[in-house]
Amino acid sequence: MSKKLLLKNDHIEGIHTLPIYRANGGYSVLEKALKTMSPEAILEEVKTSGLRGRGGAGFPTGLKWSFLAKPEGVPRYLVCNADESEPGTLKDRYLMERHPHILIEGMIVSSFALGAKTSYIYIRGEYFYIARILEIAIKEAYEAGFLGKNIQGSGYDLDLYVQVGAGAYICGEETALLESLEGKRGNPRIKPPFPAIAGLYGCPTVVNNVETIAAVVPILEMGGAEYAKIGTEKSTGTKLISASGHINKPGVYEIELGIPVEEFIYSEEYCGGISGGKKLKAVVAGGSSVPILPAELILKTSAGEPRMMSYESLGDGGFLTGTMLGSGGFIVMDEDTSIVKNLYTFARFYHHESCGQCSPCREGTGWMEKILLKILDGRGDMKDIDLLWDIQSKIEGKTICPLGEAAAWPVAAAIRHFRSEFEEYIQYPEKIRDIKHYYRLQETATA
Amino acid sequence: MTTTEIQFDSETLALVNNMMKRYPEGKHKSALIPVLHIAQAEFGGWLSVPTMDYVASVMNLKPIEVYEVASFYSMFNMHPVGKCLIEVCRTSSCWLRGAEDVIDHIEKRLNIRVGETSADGMFTLKAVECLGSCGTAPMMQVGADYHENLTIEKVDTLLEKFKDENKQSRYC
Ligand SMILES: Cc1cc2nc3c(=O)[nH]c(=O)nc-3n(C[C@H](O)[C@H](O)[C@H](O)COP(=O)(O)O)c2cc1C
Ligand code: SF4
Ligand code: FES
Repeated sequence: MSKKLLLKNDHIEGIHTLPIYRANGGYSVLEKALKTMSPEAILEEVKTSGLRGRGGAGFPTGLKWSFLAKPEGVPRYLVCNADESEPGTLKDRYLMERHPHILIEGMIVSSFALGAKTSYIYIRGEYFYIARILEIAIKEAYEAGFLGKNIQGSGYDLDLYVQVGAGAYICGEETALLESLEGKRGNPRIKPPFPAIAGLYGCPTVVNNVETIAAVVPILEMGGAEYAKIGTEKSTGTKLISASGHINKPGVYEIELGIPVEEFIYSEEYCGGISGGKKLKAVVAGGSSVPILPAELILKTSAGEPRMMSYESLGDGGFLTGTMLGSGGFIVMDEDTSIVKNLYTFARFYHHESCGQCSPCREGTGWMEKILLKILDGRGDMKDIDLLWDIQSKIEGKTICPLGEAAAWPVAAAIRHFRSEFEEYIQYPEKIRDIKHYYRLQETATA
Repeated sequence: MTTTEIQFDSETLALVNNMMKRYPEGKHKSALIPVLHIAQAEFGGWLSVPTMDYVASVMNLKPIEVYEVASFYSMFNMHPVGKCLIEVCRTSSCWLRGAEDVIDHIEKRLNIRVGETSADGMFTLKAVECLGSCGTAPMMQVGADYHENLTIEKVDTLLEKFKDENKQSRYC
């Protein structure tokens, strides 16, 4: 049975407009929260709900909110992370494009709970047209008295702004995002201090993903305890999954956490099976940063249990035989896919996106891209596989921000599970000459 | 071609001044990225040194503060580009669904390689990273518009359309 909270009104024409959103129960949570609940009571509901951050790391939202420092006379900020640049992830775009008001309502009640008087939605620059949609919805909300001074007579004031970025994956990392919002280069900051203590303009700040903030609306509507009954004990609620690659029905699906991976891939309700009737080869389950798993390990854990779409089940087996739910970017590959070439697209991505502050990340991502290129180009050496392994292991844990790890993990997992494919490329270089466009590899590397 | 005069009109200038007021006292530098987007769109689709210097003067920043930001972000063009900038996603999900065929085809049609501008100055082709359109891959962005579920026929129709319209692509 599907359970929809965020996308329950997906079929309703015009739901992006305020009148239709309201006619379908929209902004009733805001009225309830601002008129009948204290900020502490809202925080309690969010804690009880078990909601975990939907941006990738899965950190408990209530706990994060409780860390926010509240020094007297210092402003606090809520910043929504709408940078969504993790390859394979498109769910925030979908939600904001079709349901801008659920995000805005979530921003208002969350800002109220945190005591923020000014909040920002930082959206990647490429999503300009969605920034427009949000701005129109925000204007509607101001006109209806849901934003601005003395919201609905509650005495609470809030201003909400949309801020566009300009193309940089790293600005999804929360401290880089704050730097960018301050009008600087997106270089991540050294932590501590954490944003909860010193964030935007040095003031206490909470950064949350679009989906996390939107989820606060159904949580307050039904109560944290009811929300916690959905999903599994450690993965409560619903999750938006972005499905892409070799499947019959790519798109964004809201699932109840804990459904079997097999059902997600093969049922008509979701991905509808592998396109062209082919066999499944591998899945990247949570966006480009998480370890790739071969078909047998994504469908079943190493103990032979069915694998579920939840934080704990996808993580079962650690990185040896498991992966992560991450951002929910679910990329499916059929039997004919070249794992080495797919990895190359990731390595090129991370090299391109490294901010360059830390040498293990700046140099390591470049070397990994070069070596993979060399292998794809038919000039690989068996020693290159070990060298790749060595480089990725020297990035992990040695950088300012987790982009280093995000670049290392896919390389480690591809070698771990598909080493023989790398060996084949090296032993039979003529094979890869069949791969179309291999000439392009050289030129993109030198570009 | 005449060089565009680097000066916002009064309406744009008012918009820019308003933008700077969105932020707390003394934090108007936060408006730099949005203002650079406007400057790029207004002054020929790229950020020349005079354009960046102008932005610095309007925002009361040092020119270096503008250069270092402009050069960090991939949407800011530090060199001239064609009137119509075509950005095709090349990352995993798009690659899996034929992005390379799309890039190949555009290269042949326009007789340029990735990174180049057509002789008539009309088109620049760029390969970019994931644009959050993986579920409708392959895709390309032109200005603010997303063109998704691309096929070779669709690409041809679009190229014709861009040529006919003869407009500068802009994000904002
Ligand atoms: C390199 C990198 C990129 C990230 N990109 C995003 C992103 O695009 N969107 C997002 O919500 N979180 C992203 N994150 C995670 C954020 O740093 C942060 O943990 C998140 O916004 C917190 O929100 P949540 O607790 O609601 O998940 C990224 C992290 C890293 C290290
Ligand atoms: S790990 Fe990479 S992206 Fe992160 S701060 Fe260091 S160099 Fe920049
Ligand atoms: S991989 Fe092309 S849009 Fe995501």
